[in-house]
Amino acid sequence: MDIHEYQAKEVLSNFGVAVPEGALAYSPEQAAYRARELGGEKWIVKAQVHAGGRGKAGGVKLCDSDVEIHEACEDMFGKKLVTHQTGADGKGIYRVYVEAAVPIEREIYLGLVLDRSSQRVMIVASGEGGMEIEDISAEKPDSIVRAIVEPAVGLRDFQCRQIAFKLGIEPGLVQQMVRTLQGCYRAFTELDATMVEINPLVVTGDNRLLALDAKMTFDDNALFRHPQIAELRDKSQEDPREARAADRGLSYVGLEGNIGCIVNGAGLAMATMDTIKLAGGEPANFLDIGGGATPERVAKAFRLVMSDKNVQAILVNIFAGINRCDWVAEGVVQALREVEVDVPVIVRLAGTNVEEGQKILAQSGLPIIRASTLMEAAERSVGAWRNDLSQGVKVRAVS
Amino acid sequence: MSILINGDTKVIVQGITGKMARFHTKDMLDYGTNVVGGVVPGKGGETVEGLPVFDTVEEAVAETGAEASLVFVPPPFAADSIMEAADAGIRYCVCITDGIPAQDMIRVKRYMYRYPKERRMVLTGPNCAGTISPGKAMLGIMPGHIYLEGNVGIVGRSGTLGYEAAAQLKERGIGVSTSVGIGGDPINGSSFKDILQRFEEDDDTHVIAMIGEIGGPQEAEAAQYIRDHVTKPVVAYVAGLTAPKGRTMGHAGAIISAFGESASEKVEILSAAGVTVAENPAVIGETIAGVMQ
Repeated sequence: MDIHEYQAKEVLSNFGVAVPEGALAYSPEQAAYRARELGGEKWIVKAQVHAGGRGKAGGVKLCDSDVEIHEACEDMFGKKLVTHQTGADGKGIYRVYVEAAVPIEREIYLGLVLDRSSQRVMIVASGEGGMEIEDISAEKPDSIVRAIVEPAVGLRDFQCRQIAFKLGIEPGLVQQMVRTLQGCYRAFTELDATMVEINPLVVTGDNRLLALDAKMTFDDNALFRHPQIAELRDKSQEDPREARAADRGLSYVGLEGNIGCIVNGAGLAMATMDTIKLAGGEPANFLDIGGGATPERVAKAFRLVMSDKNVQAILVNIFAGINRCDWVAEGVVQALREVEVDVPVIVRLAGTNVEEGQKILAQSGLPIIRASTLMEAAERSVGAWRNDLSQGVKVRAVS
Repeated sequence: MSILINGDTKVIVQGITGKMARFHTKDMLDYGTNVVGGVVPGKGGETVEGLPVFDTVEEAVAETGAEASLVFVPPPFAADSIMEAADAGIRYCVCITDGIPAQDMIRVKRYMYRYPKERRMVLTGPNCAGTISPGKAMLGIMPGHIYLEGNVGIVGRSGTLGYEAAAQLKERGIGVSTSVGIGGDPINGSSFKDILQRFEEDDDTHVIAMIGEIGGPQEAEAAQYIRDHVTKPVVAYVAGLTAPKGRTMGHAGAIISAFGESASEKVEILSAAGVTVAENPAVIGETIAGVMQ
């Protein structure tokens, strides 16, 4: 789960990380008022969306008057911010964060991640702050400093000092750097984060170390023990279909294509998408309905996939292991009688009792296109979609 | 021979009184697995499928001589149960539980390393379907009948995609020495490399099938290991060619977040290491059959 910049800053400041003074606003008037309260002569107005790359996309503006703050906010509120991380649809701006501008001497990149190679928490830092880490690793890989944390003893001060000295931080600021790193690490482990990123961490003109931007992602599996973090979830930043799927215990990711997929198991779901692509089509979604393909779950899945207006054919691929194909087939038939599905449906069942399952599908009287192998299912889906398009006829599968 | 488990391996089930655990305990017994008991704190003295339930793993090991354990404990308590198994002297643990916090798994791995190598527990999973040595023993939730006995070692991150591969092999009359699920989580007990090493040393495994997916470095690390140490032919398939960057695809670990983590990059790295790559999931069985000739 992602949270907003202003929330991440509040969380981190509770762990001793210094952040600039700022205030949240829900309207242009409020933003201007907050700026006056903060004082100073220059302010930064920052769109609060769950995505990086806001600056380049026009989501961060430097203002030096009420009027400018107003104008900047008018350009943001209610608009969709499209950055290289949001996809073409962008993310809605409903909150802005106003901060007093600070004079910057130098910018540092600081990130904490779950390193899957060492299977531990890793700190990544670079003196080339302000750039994104992908660009830093591509253009200035030598500037990157890494440290892996031994979980039994936690992050040691010497590791923090090592990072500080390698980044060339002046001796007077090293202790502040140690405190910043320790604060980030404690926030990371105590709150079950999977990512903390401060980019940039700046050295100010008056020689302070400040987190100018902050990003945190939390482990969905650990939210149960951090209700105060779970409360920070902002559904306006999520794809509505994905949010609805998650609320119903289904794992769904919307894509750009037109062949909807309903599959049990994450790996098989990805493999099914890949096979559709190989057969000349484009998958409309990733959807894992989990191990037990009960009629209720299958019906939910059909409703979810049909809510995507781009879907022109649906491929159901179930490997019945513990449950049996005849049982899954009954679920599919029942779901198709309940849910209005007006696109071709292709069903491939494999595993236990596959013949009985096929028989149930055949005898249902529903226009289900059956397939026995994965490749055949993908080819028939692509065929049905093309046919459907060329004839302009839709097959109704509602009894 | 097989790896990790065989017909003699004495198995206990942690969390055996849960609905799912009961169901699969029966299934494992029917398959012929030597299940000798279960553990649920506070339920010691009860029985499940005629098997004794103990309060602690320590007690279960003392009473039954159990060597392996299957963890069915809910996510908030699963890490603790794995550590309990490691402490009690269990040699091999499979954790089925999906949804364990990553920080908990970091602690589990650190905890396991406090024991000297001779008595250090091997863990596979979490978030996996388990391990099966066909015809001998099954430690997991897979449908046992889709596996024939044979000489292909399977290691993969996904459950149902692994079944798909096993079923394609069965269709061609090809059997499996052992199939190991390493699970879909970012922090896991054993990596591809760990299992490849065991298959390389197992006389009954002639060909290795590796089923990977997007996210993480473990396929690339396996490629390097294969190039330097594996003499047996390896066939691989990597799922997620059409998966977008930065999105989690069902498995907590299936997310492309760095260079080298996409399916096409992994395929390239594996091919360069001499691995035969199945271009699509429909031809995994066919590709393995081709390598065996």
